[in-house]
Amino acid sequence: MQSNLVTDDKQKNKLEKAFEILKTMASKPSGLIGLTIVLFHVVLALISPYIAPYDYKAISPNTMLLAPSAEHWFGTDSLGRDVFTRTILGGRTALTVTFFGSLIALLWGGLLGIFCGLVGGKIDDVVMRVVDAFLSIPWILAMLLIVSLLGTSTEVLIPALGFFYGKGIVRVARAATHDVIAKDFIVSARARGHSNMSIIWNEIIPNVRDAILVEGAMRWSWMLLGFSSLSFLGFGVSPPTPDWGLMISNARGLMSFAYWSVIAPIVGLSSLIIGINLTADAFAKALGIDRSTKAPV
Amino acid sequence: MLLLILKRIGLGLITLFIVSLITFVGVEVLPGDACTTYLEREAYGAALDACIKRLGLDVPAYERYLDWASNVMRGDFGYSLSGEMPINEVLGPRVKNSLVLASVSILIGIPLAIVLGIITALWRDKLPDIMISTITIFSMTIPEFISATLLILIVAIWLGWLPGIVIIPSDATFYELLSNIILPVVAISMIMTAHMARMVRSSVIQVMASDYVQMAILKGVPYWKMVFRHVLPNALLPAINVVALTIAWLLGGVVVTEVVFNYPGLGRLVIESISNRDLPVVQALAIILASIYVGINLIADLMTLMLNPRLKSLQIRK
Amino acid sequence: MNEIIERVKNLSIGFNSQKGKQISILRNVSTNIKKGETVGIVGESGSGKSTLALAMMGYIKQGLFPLKGECLFKSEDLLKMSSRQLEKIRGRKIAMIPQNAGQALTPNLKIGYQIDEALRLHTDLNKTERDKKISELLNKVRLPSPETMAFRYPHELSGGQQQRVAVAMALAGKPDLLLLDEPTTGLDVTTQAHVLELLRFIAKDTGTSMIYVSHDLGAIAQVSDRIVVMYAGEIVLEGPARKILKEPIHPYTYGLLKSIPKLSLAGLPASMPGSQPQPGSINEGCSFYDRCNLATDNCKKNSPSLEYIKELDTNVRCFNYKELINQNNNLQTSITKKSNNSEANEVLKLKDVSISYAKQKFFDQLLNKITDQNPTVKDINIDIKKGETIALVGESGSGKSTILKSIAGLLKTKDGQIKFENDRILSSDLKMRNPNDLRAIQLIFQNPDESLNPNHTVEQILSQPLKLYFNLSGEELKKNIIDLLKKVRLGEFYISRYPRQLSGGEKQRVAVARAFAAKPDIILCDEVTSALDVSVQAAVLNLLQQLKEDLGTTYVFVSHDLAVVRAISDRVAVLYQGRLCEIGPSQNVYKFPSHPYTEVLLGAVLEPDPDIKPKLVAEDIVEEKPPEKGCSFQGRCPRKIGDICNSEVPPWQIGENGNAIRCHINIEELASLQQ
Repeated sequence: MQSNLVTDDKQKNKLEKAFEILKTMASKPSGLIGLTIVLFHVVLALISPYIAPYDYKAISPNTMLLAPSAEHWFGTDSLGRDVFTRTILGGRTALTVTFFGSLIALLWGGLLGIFCGLVGGKIDDVVMRVVDAFLSIPWILAMLLIVSLLGTSTEVLIPALGFFYGKGIVRVARAATHDVIAKDFIVSARARGHSNMSIIWNEIIPNVRDAILVEGAMRWSWMLLGFSSLSFLGFGVSPPTPDWGLMISNARGLMSFAYWSVIAPIVGLSSLIIGINLTADAFAKALGIDRSTKAPV
Repeated sequence: MLLLILKRIGLGLITLFIVSLITFVGVEVLPGDACTTYLEREAYGAALDACIKRLGLDVPAYERYLDWASNVMRGDFGYSLSGEMPINEVLGPRVKNSLVLASVSILIGIPLAIVLGIITALWRDKLPDIMISTITIFSMTIPEFISATLLILIVAIWLGWLPGIVIIPSDATFYELLSNIILPVVAISMIMTAHMARMVRSSVIQVMASDYVQMAILKGVPYWKMVFRHVLPNALLPAINVVALTIAWLLGGVVVTEVVFNYPGLGRLVIESISNRDLPVVQALAIILASIYVGINLIADLMTLMLNPRLKSLQIRK
Repeated sequence: MNEIIERVKNLSIGFNSQKGKQISILRNVSTNIKKGETVGIVGESGSGKSTLALAMMGYIKQGLFPLKGECLFKSEDLLKMSSRQLEKIRGRKIAMIPQNAGQALTPNLKIGYQIDEALRLHTDLNKTERDKKISELLNKVRLPSPETMAFRYPHELSGGQQQRVAVAMALAGKPDLLLLDEPTTGLDVTTQAHVLELLRFIAKDTGTSMIYVSHDLGAIAQVSDRIVVMYAGEIVLEGPARKILKEPIHPYTYGLLKSIPKLSLAGLPASMPGSQPQPGSINEGCSFYDRCNLATDNCKKNSPSLEYIKELDTNVRCFNYKELINQNNNLQTSITKKSNNSEANEVLKLKDVSISYAKQKFFDQLLNKITDQNPTVKDINIDIKKGETIALVGESGSGKSTILKSIAGLLKTKDGQIKFENDRILSSDLKMRNPNDLRAIQLIFQNPDESLNPNHTVEQILSQPLKLYFNLSGEELKKNIIDLLKKVRLGEFYISRYPRQLSGGEKQRVAVARAFAAKPDIILCDEVTSALDVSVQAAVLNLLQQLKEDLGTTYVFVSHDLAVVRAISDRVAVLYQGRLCEIGPSQNVYKFPSHPYTEVLLGAVLEPDPDIKPKLVAEDIVEEKPPEKGCSFQGRCPRKIGDICNSEVPPWQIGENGNAIRCHINIEELASLQQ
């Protein structure tokens, strides 16, 4: 029974583990599809400014609402702008805002959750009450209010989304910490006299990390959904910046005769959300976590 | 048992109290008060003074909070700035309309989700599961404004079966509403059903792997009897709470759906009042929506308490 | 008597591995069950015994499938039947009594309904007849107040009662064959003996054939007419119970019997090296080859087949079985351990220790009112000498682990003191103890799966205490880790492994190494062998003894298993409901006179010997709380003398052997009563 992990290099070990997880994720068709879609969107977001055939904000009355053709692959919108150009550029803001938003959510939610799970008692009770209260206000109401009063710049959107989507992570991290903390290896570390920080760092974080990461990946897709809903309602990205949610909203009224201008952004947004979802699912499965029992809060 | 129920209710009330604080403080700390926000460029002189007087902004914040909170407890949410009428009058028909939409969706969604969840669990990894699971993944991930838009495009525009966007007056009668909510209901219950079906599925799978189900099989209990007597009661019990959370969470999504279909419910009121910068109405909406959330969760908690034999026997002993 | 009711023929069951390879966990198993006979199937975890038992009901767990062979019940193959046909057989012809009735009874259905369901499915009785039958059945399995029992939910019953309900349910369909899958595992010693007694009675009373599956040769010995020994998915030995237990002619069975600690023997049992191979890892040769001391080159290349030996009426799978014939005397030997110096100083003293789990209510705290007059653990006085092994013994709820936790500082004491080295009082709060005291007292836990961080390598696990207490790093740290691994007989290459890559025994060795890394004076062992297989348990016990002899460590050893305690300890303290009953040198505690509770415990021990029957002297009632006054054992005591037991705490009496007994009965009288 010779181990295949006989290596002194811990760093290599971690890389190997990450690679191993990726491999497991890609071994199922759904995971492979998800990974491919996400990769495609990320690459597209990076290179789209260089490959876009037209200027995304060039308004032209001559080319209003043209059907798809060789010049305008996805047709044009009501202001005569090229829908293809706007579609490939339309995910950039959404991706950046939600990616950093998720990171913020992950950080504060995860740390607060671990802290609450660890200390328990009265502090935990109070914090959880407040989290519950925040959860009970519909996120969309709170977000709309903040955005309408503070504006729609990314400096507002990222922390605001990060805050409202981190609440759920607090619960997940807390529950995961509760599960771990009853285990004998924590008792053992406490009995040895390790400090609280050392116990959090060495014993708890490695064991709740997976659950929190999976939750974070899920949050990402929900945040994307929330962000595009904001855009759709006119409270997200401000025109003329191309954004899928906004594009759908604008083109919606005309879709009875210019459906192409609404189909393209729908395909873009849906595919990205589904891609992230499939990836998160595959990620959870590769780490051995069942997340389908959880509510989307 | 009674104590347990009272405790849950108490916790719910505490949550609502914190919500009221958050909404109040939130509005306080955000730049501008209700009047400057509402009047924007006209916020000067007599108009501003009149507004400040009407909302009582000239008294200290904590007094205003106490005043407001005690009024809210009596069911009086104050005065809407844009409508220039009591908020209760604005809210009344909207609450009714949203309630119709939500309850029809829930009534369709829950049974459908349970059936689909059970089918996918019992035929796990077989064709019915793979098909239904794929559809649920799609319908739960695609944003509601997209599915709603697509529904209008396909059903109303391309097929012409139903009117797409109807102007419904906010005081429409129940029957007028019913005939017009088919598409919104489909859009909302699609997502809701997908979420819940997934939960039911994994809960059933978990129970099917339990020792007592194996025991029931080895006792010679016929398959369907086993499913109904031994599996479902135990699988659906823990799902209640999760279902409640899902429903409550989807309230946010209802806002978007109402906007897409131009449906005169609470959701559209949210958008309208925020666009009009009518902060008193926003505060009232926050409290109402939070109460719905807390209420749904409370009902779920109480249902679980009633149905759980462990807690039932506690009641008998005491 | 000789009519065969179930016949298993060349049965192999397996699964497909992730790499698409077919792996069998049951290989070519054939056996017969005769009418009225009780067959014991014994093996360690992973030997395939449960898979075999379930297959005998035509049930294959999800993910597994039969590769070949058949299970013939009255000449019909159960594995080929439709589920319709099986429903008519399960519960009616063959019934099952599961391992953990607490989990095998449906939680939302009342006991009465669950028994009624079996009656409705398998009998033609009408409603009133069924109701009568339910109380009859509950009566038969000796449940208290059977009339009200039917209206209870499973979770309202104790473990022993749940198991009895499962028995009643199995008997409802009047089956010809009863399948028992570890029916007493997880129950307390006295409850276990009672349930076994009931099963034996039922077998005799109804003439039902039984298949009794267990890892515990002690339980098997009590009920079986014939024994089947399984190892790595194969039958290695099969024959009459007495022959198997007294003259085992397969090296595995022989080693297994030798590795079981016995009450009659002082000293440590002999251990078997290695552990059972994983399914799929056996390619050629005998599956027991690595662990066998009779193995030859032939065993490496060829796998032996099951051979029938007429004069012994036994089937054996071994080339060299002849060497074991007439070796049975050796079974009754053990390794003597070095006794410790009784002159040594006391290293740890528990003085009047009381521990309470009850939380003080806020208002009582304000009023400075002491609420809990009846704490979980009360008045514990034990002095522990340097280098000795003292065992705390008792059933669940005896407070033995609670005491251990408070010594470790994990639970605050309510009253009394814990004194360490030269009567220095140790704070009952972990945070107030100095680092050197923390280092001096280390813990080893029951289940290494939970006590080792699954995300750490062995190196990381062992470096925790080394870094914390000795500030080691770099090469020195690594050298120390390798030394520790050597001490617990693990090779250097284990250093980069994760716990999941280790077997149960290896994991517990790592846990032992981690405790010794601190160079402790005292190690607290909490049921450290309970989660291990018997053959591995013996090895861990021997390792602990060896380390102690080398390093002079003191052990406080908590266990529910009296035979294990007998093997390892110098002194024993018997606890009931958090109160001490008896304490003394172990050879004396195991001799009479004893405290009545010790007597009950000793009587309930199951020895792997058909001639030693357990003596059931007390009812197996579960008490939730210690009595408020009087003797702690008053509720169950078979020798209770009267009101004095209920009202006054009994005095300590010291017997001539040096064991102290806390009882109202005069110690000489007790001695003559127990002869």
